[in-house]
Amino acid sequence: MAFAFDYAPAPESRSVVDIAPSYGLFIDGEFTEAADGKVFKTLSPSTEEVLSEVAQAGAEDVDRAVRAARKAFGKWSALPGTERAKYLFRIARIIQERSRELAVLETLDNGKPIRETRDADLPLVAAHFFYYAGWADKLGHAGYGPDPRPLGVAGQIIPWNFPLLMLAWKIAPALATGNTVVLKPAETTPLSALFFADICRQAGLPKGVVNILTGYGDAGSALVAHPDVNKVAFTGSTAVGKDIARRIAGTDKRATLELGGKGANIVFDDAPVDQAVEGIVTGIFFNQGQVCCAGSRLLVQESVHDEVLDALKRRLTTLRLGDPLDKNTDIGAINSAQQLARITALAETGEAEGAERWTAPCELPSSGYWFAPTLFTGVSQAHTIARDEIFGPVLSVLTFRTPDEAVAKANNSQYGLSAGIWTEKGSRILAVAGKLRAGVVWANTFNKFDPTSPFGGYKESGHGREGGRHGLEAYLDV
Amino acid sequence: MPTIAPFADVTASDRALRRFLHGLPGVDAVGLEARAASLGTRSIKTTAKAYAIDLAVSMIDLTTLEGADTPGKVRALAAKAVNPDPLDRTTPRPAAVCVYPDMAATAAAALAGSGVKVASVATAFPAGRAALGVKLADVRDAVAAGADEIDMVIDRGAFLSGRYLQVYEEILAVKAECGDARLKVIFETGELSTYDNIRRASWLGMLAGADFIKTSTGKVAVNATPANTLLMLQAVRDFREQTGVQVGVKPAGGIRTTKDAVKFLVLVNETAGEDWLDSHWFRFGASSLLNDLLMQRQKLSSGRYSGPDYVTVD
Repeated sequence: MAFAFDYAPAPESRSVVDIAPSYGLFIDGEFTEAADGKVFKTLSPSTEEVLSEVAQAGAEDVDRAVRAARKAFGKWSALPGTERAKYLFRIARIIQERSRELAVLETLDNGKPIRETRDADLPLVAAHFFYYAGWADKLGHAGYGPDPRPLGVAGQIIPWNFPLLMLAWKIAPALATGNTVVLKPAETTPLSALFFADICRQAGLPKGVVNILTGYGDAGSALVAHPDVNKVAFTGSTAVGKDIARRIAGTDKRATLELGGKGANIVFDDAPVDQAVEGIVTGIFFNQGQVCCAGSRLLVQESVHDEVLDALKRRLTTLRLGDPLDKNTDIGAINSAQQLARITALAETGEAEGAERWTAPCELPSSGYWFAPTLFTGVSQAHTIARDEIFGPVLSVLTFRTPDEAVAKANNSQYGLSAGIWTEKGSRILAVAGKLRAGVVWANTFNKFDPTSPFGGYKESGHGREGGRHGLEAYLDV
Repeated sequence: MPTIAPFADVTASDRALRRFLHGLPGVDAVGLEARAASLGTRSIKTTAKAYAIDLAVSMIDLTTLEGADTPGKVRALAAKAVNPDPLDRTTPRPAAVCVYPDMAATAAAALAGSGVKVASVATAFPAGRAALGVKLADVRDAVAAGADEIDMVIDRGAFLSGRYLQVYEEILAVKAECGDARLKVIFETGELSTYDNIRRASWLGMLAGADFIKTSTGKVAVNATPANTLLMLQAVRDFREQTGVQVGVKPAGGIRTTKDAVKFLVLVNETAGEDWLDSHWFRFGASSLLNDLLMQRQKLSSGRYSGPDYVTVD
């Protein structure tokens, strides 16, 4: 790019984070090797550099961790809420104190830009712990009876797109309500969970209350199947979610599933155009589009289609793709080679099915996994790219003529996690929002999160809610 | 002067003008401010910072608008404009010196041959509360005294009561008095109060032939902000796209530090684009900003911070 005002690189220092050459599993307050001694490597997706080697949990390790959690459950759940709150507040404060270190770590391990880990992920992680710390001694006032009881041991499986934030969404409400946890982070992003294990020790959290098992799908599968797990919390793909639902059917295990999405972002002809363009960008290019609630289907009113598309393309040419540790980078790396292959294949399907492809002009680095921001126009509901979740920086643009048509198209999806409405007319926001079958509907904004706000889906986007007062219910015997 | 061709009929009547201005896309305040804040986190270092500092220096309208202004004070400011940093003669000169009309002749004499323009606030600045004849006489005086640029204030009362055509015609009349001088139209955005109004005022000013649209006088509580400047940059960008006519932007009031100035340059770069990264199309209405830029400039060349005694006080 030949801008007169070309920003010099401003990389965040890596020296604030000290990554050990190897890590064990965190069971009963101690780091330990896997029973069968297996390990795997974790890479930095932006450079393909090996960051560390971590233990690979197997069924035996899952059993050890669940037993540790069960043992800790008695004392932990018997603590007064004010005592549990103290630990949670302490964890929240340590996260704030170590936020720069954790932000750099997350960027290295995940590939997302430091702008996002520093300005979005970490503040939200701390906020979740603070928020649920506040609930720990007020559970009797949450509307679930005077003395709601915890469920027991929670087996939690989280994805690689927001490793630490998903950990916070899972662990904070579980601990606040008196449960103990065994958490399995994704195999491509295990490091921040291991650093969190260290934070638990720093906070003096009793042993066994939080256990972290790094590993692959087989470890997650063993965790779901373990007879002494009372609650399964899963965020990830719809296919795995369905499998989990089948596996726990007929048992007394509770489950919350946060699965895929294909969010509709609806732009009416009276929308604030400049802000709508920003919202479209945030909706689909935040975290390289690797967001389950991404606004990956843009529904634009036909009368403003060209205007909005021109403005959007102009805006996309200013996006800066590259080194995620550079504070000026907007678009980082795709999390893994497999994910990049999946995005690439789906984009090719879009072309093959006749949609028109446009790619932002940015140079891709020579190593690492990269995909330039891309949009498809002329997409219809029949196209694969309008139906399947791509989980990458690929936007499908459709049009509509009337509000009814917009609602019909938005709801015509097997998913129902998020939606957005852009209009200056307040009455239209209320009318349309009420008809959308989506867990979250944003009005004149997109991809905004807050611990006080419940989050979850309709249809194949899963069931149960995380966040807010509703998020407590998933961990209480009600 | 005729209105810009594609919009000739929108200024045919007050009603047509109102319909047009109210038909512009709305502004979502939360989204606008969030975008301005997010651009404020760009990290500008080393070569980019050196470029930004020199560019910002060259974009300053070095301003003194005090009741107590004297010819001596104006001459001192002009000397500063001609030679901003006596310790470093490679320092670029600011774009203009901005004074009241009665000081324009003094400024013009002191700046003769330097390339630094003389800007003069006119039209009963800062309130704009005078008869049109008085305002036009004010402009005539300033131009006759050698002003290269006229900074006019709009009648906010007329604007807020919806008499858009009156505001439009007033700008046209002032523009006609300007002759070769470039016209900067000041909206006093703090008094217009809503972002929708700021966008409407921007279009109104541009339709009437403004060479620059300017946020504020610097005399009220809320002056230039990243958000209102971002909005005006969007307006000039859209206006050029639709008419081919390029209009400049001048935030004024409250921009005091290098850090602030660089943030505004980032807004220019990523909103209107590099065509506006030039003192012909973007200005800072400021006075204390220059010294902070000079100190940062000295720091970049020496590696050390100097101090307020290493820059001149004028």
